[in-house]
Amino acid sequence: MTAKTQTLAKNLAEQKYKYGFVTAIEQETAPLGVNEDIVRFISAKKNEPAWLLEWRLKAFHHWKTMSEPHWAKIHYPPINYQSASYYAAPKQSAKPQTLDDVDPELLKTYAKLGIPLQEQERLAGVAERRVAVDAVFDSVSVATTYKKELESHGIIFCPISEAVITHPDLVRKYLGSVVPMTDNFFATLNSAVFTDGSFVYIPRGVRCPMELSTYFRINAENTGQFERTLIIADEGASVSYLEGCTAPKRDENQLHAAVVELVALDDAAIKYSTVQNWYPGDKDGKGGIYNFVTKRGACRGNRSKISWTQVETGSAITWKYPSCILQGDGSIGEFYSVAIANNCQQADTGTKMIHIGKNTRSTIISKGISAGRAQNTYRGLVKILRTAKGARNKTQCDSLLIGDACGAHTFPALESRQPQARVEHEATTSKVSEDQIFYCQQRGLNTEEAMALIVNGFCKEVLQELPMEFAVEAQKLVAISLEGSVG
Amino acid sequence: MLTIKNLHASIGGKEILKGIDLSIPAGQVHAIMGPNGSGKSTLSYILSDRAGYDVTEGSVTFKGRDLLSLNTEERAAAGVFLAMQYPVEIPGVSNMVFLKTALNAIRASRGQSPLDAMQTLKLLRGKASAIGLSEDMLKRAVNVGFSGGEKKRNEILQMAVLEPSLCILDETDSGLDIDALKIVADGVNALRSPERSMLVITHYQRLLDYIKPDAVHVLAYGKIRRSGGAELAHELEEKGYTDFVNEAA
Ligand SMILES: Nc1ncnc2c1ncn2[C@@H]1O[C@H](COP(=O)(O)OP(=O)(O)O)[C@@H](O)[C@H]1O
Ligand SMILES: [Mg+2]
Repeated sequence: MTAKTQTLAKNLAEQKYKYGFVTAIEQETAPLGVNEDIVRFISAKKNEPAWLLEWRLKAFHHWKTMSEPHWAKIHYPPINYQSASYYAAPKQSAKPQTLDDVDPELLKTYAKLGIPLQEQERLAGVAERRVAVDAVFDSVSVATTYKKELESHGIIFCPISEAVITHPDLVRKYLGSVVPMTDNFFATLNSAVFTDGSFVYIPRGVRCPMELSTYFRINAENTGQFERTLIIADEGASVSYLEGCTAPKRDENQLHAAVVELVALDDAAIKYSTVQNWYPGDKDGKGGIYNFVTKRGACRGNRSKISWTQVETGSAITWKYPSCILQGDGSIGEFYSVAIANNCQQADTGTKMIHIGKNTRSTIISKGISAGRAQNTYRGLVKILRTAKGARNKTQCDSLLIGDACGAHTFPALESRQPQARVEHEATTSKVSEDQIFYCQQRGLNTEEAMALIVNGFCKEVLQELPMEFAVEAQKLVAISLEGSVG
Repeated sequence: MLTIKNLHASIGGKEILKGIDLSIPAGQVHAIMGPNGSGKSTLSYILSDRAGYDVTEGSVTFKGRDLLSLNTEERAAAGVFLAMQYPVEIPGVSNMVFLKTALNAIRASRGQSPLDAMQTLKLLRGKASAIGLSEDMLKRAVNVGFSGGEKKRNEILQMAVLEPSLCILDETDSGLDIDALKIVADGVNALRSPERSMLVITHYQRLLDYIKPDAVHVLAYGKIRRSGGAELAHELEEKGYTDFVNEAA
């Protein structure tokens, strides 16, 4: 490796994180640790009905019988589940009804993060693109925009804690129906102590008229965030949803264990995009979020479609496998992923596509970028049951290495009991070459611009799957995560 | 425009250029010819500060500035352009995006405002059709799947778009059939101007039938062994480089 690549790798390793500030706000936190009382405390905070408390307690008791999984290619010191708080919320008398009631400190925070909490007027004749936002701050939602307008289409978009009370039948019917409460260690913990997240229901035949999004912000120290999101697209409905997340810079690791469940009925389509920008830790691997997430979508209906797109740039550890259960005949599952691991970051991410229905199709495109001393793993499973006549899968896993000290690993698994299934798999590993950097520089780009261009090119197939509003933002994020202190 | 004095350069400690003296006034086209491995590409890389190519002695001034004190992108901003012998592929980055990014980087360094997508598109369409590249080529990833000839034409397109003041062409003619060669030569000739100098590196005299040089230099074994007018190229075509090889030995 020449001196130039070394500087490059070093610059990349010293990227700056722009969202690492802390909001000074009075907050209420639960006592440290997790036990039955804490589960009851959270449930009481949310004024939950008895059935949900019981559900949580059941999950909690099951969780106590489980042990943390260690099959992923990640290493970290043992997590003490009793040393963090499981609930933190800004102190306020009641949930704000309008933006005017929201603590100005919080409004400032979202302004700083660039998250619009103001609704845009609809302009006559202008093809405007609007985004509804549910803003989750630590364990509670602090604001949700465009609720009224969405309601006029019969769409429910609200914090899940609210949906539990306002739409208990829907929540009860679908909660845990895709990710069972006993699914895995982290999902089970989440089932016991989840605090907030978004609930979306798109009624029969309705195309959601705007992008929906949830913005997760971790602020409180020494707390875990346990978000829970549930999205249901009824027959013929469609929705595009995006989640974003950031956290302050801290020397301690913080746990984020989310569960996301998607349900698509006949002819419904859900597009779920994630731009994950949690704090990754410093260049020596100090601090950062432990992101242990279970995301799964059920294509229950015939011809239904679920599409996951993720851009994972943050987190000290990412353990995440957004998956699709392709149950309906002719249903489609897609997974498009960019995972950037840098410094000491560890990403173990991928997907599972479970083909059950006839003529089900899945597409997997994974782009892993490793820099610094990071380890980046793609782990995938394509499972084709005997019932899945005419099933097809196409998988493409590309890894890009920057510098010599990082690693890329690919573990694609295929289990097929359907002899006529068609499965294609391609994998490549490449390096950002000195030639490419030189070529760009000779045309006037500086090292960082060159790197951003090359890496964005590598990710293009995935980034172009993002909703337009976010594609440009994601490109910038890729560039920012490559930004270094130019020496 | 460009003055090279007693330039010595090495790759990994091995001396390749052994004292080059060369001066190209503004508006002139100079050709460098020489056998394979004589150091022609090395000279082009030294002039554009490629990593791994080290100057050990000598000086280079460009438009009155010490060129050697600038890094690659600063030299590009100052007006140095290298049409490479082996253009590089950049998967996923369209030619259009690449050219827009490069153009706006160069414009910024000149204190000009960036061009937007529409302005860039208009500019690129015009320049591309002049060099016989279809609009489809602008949408494709930089040099990916391009034929040898298309890659070379793409280099000339970039040169036409970036409007440098020193154009270095490293074997832009190699691998081109006669029609492609003419198109490339036309593109280069269209860029000749009193404010622009060119250093045309070639192995064959053929290119110089289309791009008429003001001077021809023979580079062999790391040194300019002879300089002359356009007729020197013809002489080389007949006699080959054996004389110079013997001279150096
Ligand atoms: N990366 C390199 N490492 C070591 N030697 C090199 C390298 N690149 C070129 N050389 C050597 O430098 C000499 C000049 O090469 P080059 O400038 O490419 O010649 P030309 O372009 O005239 O054919 C050759 O002997 C070649 O083998
Ligand atoms: Mg050469």
